[in-house]
Amino acid sequence: MKFEEFKKPTWFQMNLRAVWGRAYPRIIGVNRELSWVFFETVLPLLGVAAFVYIYKALEAPPQYIGYVIIGGAMTAYWMNVLWSMAAQMYWEKEIGNLELYLIAPISRMSVLGGMALGGMFSSSVRAISTIVVGIVIFGISLSLPDPLMFAGIFIFTMIALYGMGMMFASLYMLWGREAWHMSSLFTEPIYLVSGFYFPVKGFTTMLGNPGTWIAAGASIIPITLGLDGMRQCLYPGNTDGFLPLWLELAILMVLSVVFLFLAKYSLAYMENLGKREGRLTMRWQ
Amino acid sequence: MAVNRKSRSMGISQKSLKSMRRSIPRYPTGNYHPNKENVESRHRNARTLKWSAWLGWQMESNWADPFLFMVYSVAKPIAASLILVVMYSIIAAIGGGPDIGLFHYMFVSNAFFMYVGQVLFGVAQIVHDDREHFQTMKYIYISPSNYFSYMIGRSVSKMVITTFAVIITMAFGVFLLNVPLNIFTINWLLFMAVMVIGIFCIMAFGLALAGLSFLTAKHQGGMNEGIAGLFYLFCGVVFPVSILPSWGMSFAKILPITYWLELVRRTLNLGVGMDSTLSGASTAYCMAILCLSTLIFSIVALAIFKVGDTVARQKGLIDMTTAY
Repeated sequence: MKFEEFKKPTWFQMNLRAVWGRAYPRIIGVNRELSWVFFETVLPLLGVAAFVYIYKALEAPPQYIGYVIIGGAMTAYWMNVLWSMAAQMYWEKEIGNLELYLIAPISRMSVLGGMALGGMFSSSVRAISTIVVGIVIFGISLSLPDPLMFAGIFIFTMIALYGMGMMFASLYMLWGREAWHMSSLFTEPIYLVSGFYFPVKGFTTMLGNPGTWIAAGASIIPITLGLDGMRQCLYPGNTDGFLPLWLELAILMVLSVVFLFLAKYSLAYMENLGKREGRLTMRWQ
Repeated sequence: MAVNRKSRSMGISQKSLKSMRRSIPRYPTGNYHPNKENVESRHRNARTLKWSAWLGWQMESNWADPFLFMVYSVAKPIAASLILVVMYSIIAAIGGGPDIGLFHYMFVSNAFFMYVGQVLFGVAQIVHDDREHFQTMKYIYISPSNYFSYMIGRSVSKMVITTFAVIITMAFGVFLLNVPLNIFTINWLLFMAVMVIGIFCIMAFGLALAGLSFLTAKHQGGMNEGIAGLFYLFCGVVFPVSILPSWGMSFAKILPITYWLELVRRTLNLGVGMDSTLSGASTAYCMAILCLSTLIFSIVALAIFKVGDTVARQKGLIDMTTAY
């Protein structure tokens, strides 16, 4: 068959292949080394268990143990966004893949989308195992009277969160070791302000009005409202929710659109800047 | 014989081969003494340690201006401590009324646990950085440097940065959270001894993890996080060991970090008596157990490092890259 006879794929088909192509090594590749299951799912549960025991030592109400388990499960996604989305473009530059992505006739967003899909797979395995451990070992009881709302909160949290990751990826693309250190810096401080191990309304309980402003400021990070919304869905009737559920869902929808738009814009801008300054292939800074 | 066959196949005559062999510099045989080689080796290891510590410091710090680096160094440990502060405050606010001694226990243990998180995590991370990121591991291996000495040197710089973070966190606790630390009542001699042995033990664990990292793909993140989580859960860092189920308490008693943190709390006189599991044990007993377990874990860690290193070289994993 001659080259001219090959049917040229459409733009959509090419990008769909790019998404799958980038997701493939993360979904299939990781399963070629089964030690991953132990290292990435079982061991991180120990840290979450420690926070459960803190509440037990403090004789906290039982729902707080559930809050920690849900927060612990969501750390998998946050870590994935930081290290496998945001820092990944920096990493791709370091190992020489970035130039290959840039010369391919595909949208850069497809590559990032593939990364997100692949990353979500491993993160979901870790998150689900955390929830299962919470139910089986720590005996937390969850109820889900409104599964549609829960699904909406979760899906839009993921879209907004990975959109944020895509935006960071473009910023990290031109960085050197700052990328590594920034990802490291965004761990504990974000765990704190987003309320991974306590309801974000706790800031108000603790500090009054300034606490409410801290929680409101932290809501720009999608996982803050996502966590709060999921806790409200899984523990209906509790008074620890920061905002009404419908409002949290609406804000997450807006954040999804905003972060995806910003990701596309900043990716184009940073790529252009990188080309002008000759920094797209610079390694080991 | 194999060399001769190869030289023949390459068209090199025996005469030329002998001439080439003679041209290779050798140790001077006239005044050779085995001790001299040992002394040279020790000097080389000391130089490796010194310069790798310098390299580690540069890699950790020269990516940002000093102010930004200071902010970065302070923000993480303060945030980690504030998570505990908020958790404690929320439960106190809703009427739980937990003991303030428990808060001091959590705060001081969590601050010193940074050594475990940073040094242990950092030492194992070096393997991944050198092998996959900077791809310099193979060059270090073929240089006269000893990789083990190099690792020790790199971990020294992490230890220095962590010490800075611990001091800042403790100062934050004393001045803003009313943690009652009195520097005049501290047994400094015992404190220094406890710190030296504890950090030695943590570095040994780090080397064991580094030995495992030689053989694994890019999972060292999860592995380090998990091992740090194991110590965080079982060593009485943020809650007394007595809260754990009985099998957990038994496990905690064989981990040197449990005794190290207990001794740190005792020497600083903070959060003492909150943990009924070790409250009956004397300081001398805790110290003896810490020394003994550190010795045992260090021998095991050294063996794991050596085995990991040997197997990685046998399997050709020294320059493996697994970036997916």
